[in-house]
Amino acid sequence: MKAENTLGLVFFPAFDWAISPTHPEREERLLYTQDQIFEEGIQDIEGIEMFNPILATDQDIQRVHFCVPDVASRLTESHFISSGGAIKAAQIVMNKEVDKSFALVRPPGHHAQRMVYGDRGFCVINIEAVMVERMRQEFGPLRVAIIDSDCHHGDGTEDIYWNDKDTLFISFHQDGRTLYPGTGAIEDFGGPAAYGYNVNIPLPPHTGAEGFLYVLNNVVMPILDDYKPDIIINSAGQDNHYTDPITNMNFTAQGYAKLNQILNPDIAVLEGGYAIEGALPYTNLAIILAMAGLDYTDVREPDYDPEKLKQPRDITEYIKRVSEIVLDKWKNKEDEEVKKFKGVGIVARARQIYYDTDGILDDQTQHFKNCQGCSGFNWIQSRADRGESVLAITLPRDACARCIDEAYQMYKNPPTAYRMIYLQDKVADQYHSRRS
Amino acid sequence: MIVGLDMGGTHVDAVLLKDGQIIETVKRTTIREDIFRSIWTTLEALLQDYDSSHIERIHLSTTVSTNAIVENKTEPVGMIIQAGPGVRNDFSPYGTANFYLSGYVDHRGIVVDGLKEEEIKQARQLYQEKGIGSCAIVTKFSTRNPKNELRIAHLLANDFDTITLGHRMSGKLNFPRRVATSYLNSAVSNTFHNFSHHIKNSLQQKGIEAPVFILKADGGTMNRETAEERPVETILSGPAASFMGMSSLLPTTDDAILLDIGGTTTDIFFLSDGVPLFQPLGAKIGEFKTLVRAIHSVSIGLGGDSNITIEDNKVVIGPERAGLPYALGGPRPTPSDAMIFLGLMDVPENGNKEKAKEAMTLLGTELSCSIEDVATLILTTMASTIKNKTDQLLKEINSKPVYTVKELLQGKKIVPKLVNMIGGPSQALAPFIEAVYNLPCYFPPNYGVANAIGAALAKPTMEITLHADTAQGTLTVPELGIYEKISTDYSLAEAKTRAMELLKESAISKGSSAETIESEITEESSFNMVQGFYTTGKNIRVKAQIKPGQLYRLRSNGYES
Ligand SMILES: [Zn+2]
Ligand SMILES: [Zn+2]
Repeated sequence: MKAENTLGLVFFPAFDWAISPTHPEREERLLYTQDQIFEEGIQDIEGIEMFNPILATDQDIQRVHFCVPDVASRLTESHFISSGGAIKAAQIVMNKEVDKSFALVRPPGHHAQRMVYGDRGFCVINIEAVMVERMRQEFGPLRVAIIDSDCHHGDGTEDIYWNDKDTLFISFHQDGRTLYPGTGAIEDFGGPAAYGYNVNIPLPPHTGAEGFLYVLNNVVMPILDDYKPDIIINSAGQDNHYTDPITNMNFTAQGYAKLNQILNPDIAVLEGGYAIEGALPYTNLAIILAMAGLDYTDVREPDYDPEKLKQPRDITEYIKRVSEIVLDKWKNKEDEEVKKFKGVGIVARARQIYYDTDGILDDQTQHFKNCQGCSGFNWIQSRADRGESVLAITLPRDACARCIDEAYQMYKNPPTAYRMIYLQDKVADQYHSRRS
Repeated sequence: MIVGLDMGGTHVDAVLLKDGQIIETVKRTTIREDIFRSIWTTLEALLQDYDSSHIERIHLSTTVSTNAIVENKTEPVGMIIQAGPGVRNDFSPYGTANFYLSGYVDHRGIVVDGLKEEEIKQARQLYQEKGIGSCAIVTKFSTRNPKNELRIAHLLANDFDTITLGHRMSGKLNFPRRVATSYLNSAVSNTFHNFSHHIKNSLQQKGIEAPVFILKADGGTMNRETAEERPVETILSGPAASFMGMSSLLPTTDDAILLDIGGTTTDIFFLSDGVPLFQPLGAKIGEFKTLVRAIHSVSIGLGGDSNITIEDNKVVIGPERAGLPYALGGPRPTPSDAMIFLGLMDVPENGNKEKAKEAMTLLGTELSCSIEDVATLILTTMASTIKNKTDQLLKEINSKPVYTVKELLQGKKIVPKLVNMIGGPSQALAPFIEAVYNLPCYFPPNYGVANAIGAALAKPTMEITLHADTAQGTLTVPELGIYEKISTDYSLAEAKTRAMELLKESAISKGSSAETIESEITEESSFNMVQGFYTTGKNIRVKAQIKPGQLYRLRSNGYES
């Protein structure tokens, strides 16, 4: 058997790491996936190659996150490995060792936002973002599209790329009014420098394969055709599966395979998915085969019953309407941007972020300078309920001289007193922090 | 006394050991068309002056199964396969005919969809019509639950001479390899049986009662009876014998590179703390990827008689064989000519040192450098070609996939401390190998019957895989055909104890003596199984093996043939 596309698998189940013994993110999570992959003889297929993760560095983490107080206190080895696994997956594609890659690593990352006080939604650091920023360092400027197919809204990735036009983020997910983390509304469409480049497609509970593929074909693919990314990444959560214990969708292994066949991502990175026995072995196998261009028609779950999983007509109609609204919004994004931001000097965004896993509440306000010469520098004023006040400043990759100057001024002489001050300088790829 | 015999493609080597010393050796030319006669005449020659009643055991390394496969002289096999959902495999190159059953077992060994006995009747009828007398039964995840394979075998017990069951071949998960391995096992079964009976009868006629052990690809042995059940494990025992021979003649407990340099090829092996490395999944023979545990060996087309060409002003050696060295009247310059010219190798019988010089002159002219420089360049090139290959292999070995944080951060990497060599060109090449590797290099003074020594000293080996699922209350040890109930509080400690006991029992029943058995746990894990937020059981996995190695150390002063 020979793969049509060569595929690199970074399979790292971290069999000795768990958030806690009975937590969904535990040692057992990829055990049955490994059994299935091994029994199917995936590693013997010509064109499929296995790779070990490398370790991400502190610098890789600081390019994306403000860890409070610092990287060492917030991360365990497993986080350096799972983000390193994603980096490895990117490197083998960028170096043309393989056509495509899939990082089956844990813990996941798409709920990790820029500020990191702890673990939220099983995520501490955003492994895709750490990967993308490392890619940009190693391989130069890239237009990247991240398609988040996890059932939960990718609120972390949204936060990180909120104001970055070179990173298109599209998330389709179970409607935030019915599921953690509650965000992901259509109206959340990006910051002043990247309005329209954060696309949310909230879907009703019980959406089935028909609905997911409708959204893919009628919203995601047309947007990608417009955007013309250099790299497509699938943030491949598998909790849309009909057997997932913490969500309410009706997606299938066959559906996941078709999704990856149509989306045709360069890189897939595993996110959520906690039906570890009844779904993951089959969805992961389906994704592997689809990415490798191999026949996946015989992959099915033990209790698969297409009749039972048929999507009700009212849901189909609802999804069509949502799709229409989102696509319209994409087409009119330039006009909307002018209406929304013209003449506004600083765009403020106040939010409360709850760390469900660690029980921390962060009260923060983000400020984006609406600069004519660049994407504009931005700063976050943040205070966690059990922490100290923090100021975190970011200079975007395209920052103009004035923004650079202002950002460093703010770092040295903040307008009010903060206990911790950070500056993430993406122009010089430097990170500064100080305690005052 | 122990008899060791290795049958290679060109020679049969035999050795007689007494109290760890070599007391007799014999080398005979292989009679390719009659493997049994090759072996028997060699044995007769070896034993003619000795009292055969003192023989304790006879160890044979034979190519009988390998040859049958490579030369396509195998029995037709009817495959009965239950593939279930998953990857769509094409198994048509394996069985003479394949019959696919519906139904399947999942990764936890749960029967999702039962066996349809009607289909088995159809398979029987199909194979009876075709006159196929051997079959192999393989179901997906049969290592987790062998019920279906056992049931099918029960239904067909009277219909086939040979039935191989997939789960007995290996405890590893890899369905396509299990299919290939089971197929080959049935396909060589008759050939091996004939050979085995020949040996047994001939020994009986001579009044020799010593048990016969057959060398396996993993460098261990199994008794003749076990070999009849699992003849596929005798494939590729040649490289295993060579590896065991080197390990016996040049013992070490370090990380090491082992090179068996012949006329046409160089075989490469590695030691990790003195312990052999195995192929990650199993041996590959021809186009067949199997689950047969095998010493990790790689053969490259580079040896004393390799062809030398000049490409882009560079010396290129091999991979083709040139024939005889130039000094022996061959057509082309070879590394042996360089060795002869430099005085590093004795001029062989019928050889001519002047011709070796002529060969160097030919190349020297082409490269416009002195003949001494050419000869040195050839041997340096030969050494660096080997090093490039071992570097590449080590890189692969050291980046083998790992699955735990601990292994990724602290996993053992092989860093060779020495190079052990064997074969005709070893002595001449050793200084060049030492220079390019910057490592000490060792070779034994005599190596003529090294493979036979390796076979003689090989220990019985065995590996078992225990899988316990306390949520379901089941325990399997596929290699031993065990599938039984356990209590819900079964623990990892119990599983380890059980694995060690089973291994010991089984080794004794297969001809090992209790005091020589050194068993060890090689892998162990225990996973909490959780449903919702409640622990429902434990998923326990244990691998245990009889440590591979030598029966005893060869007494170094003993080898004076
Ligand atoms: Zn999720
Ligand atoms: Zn600016």
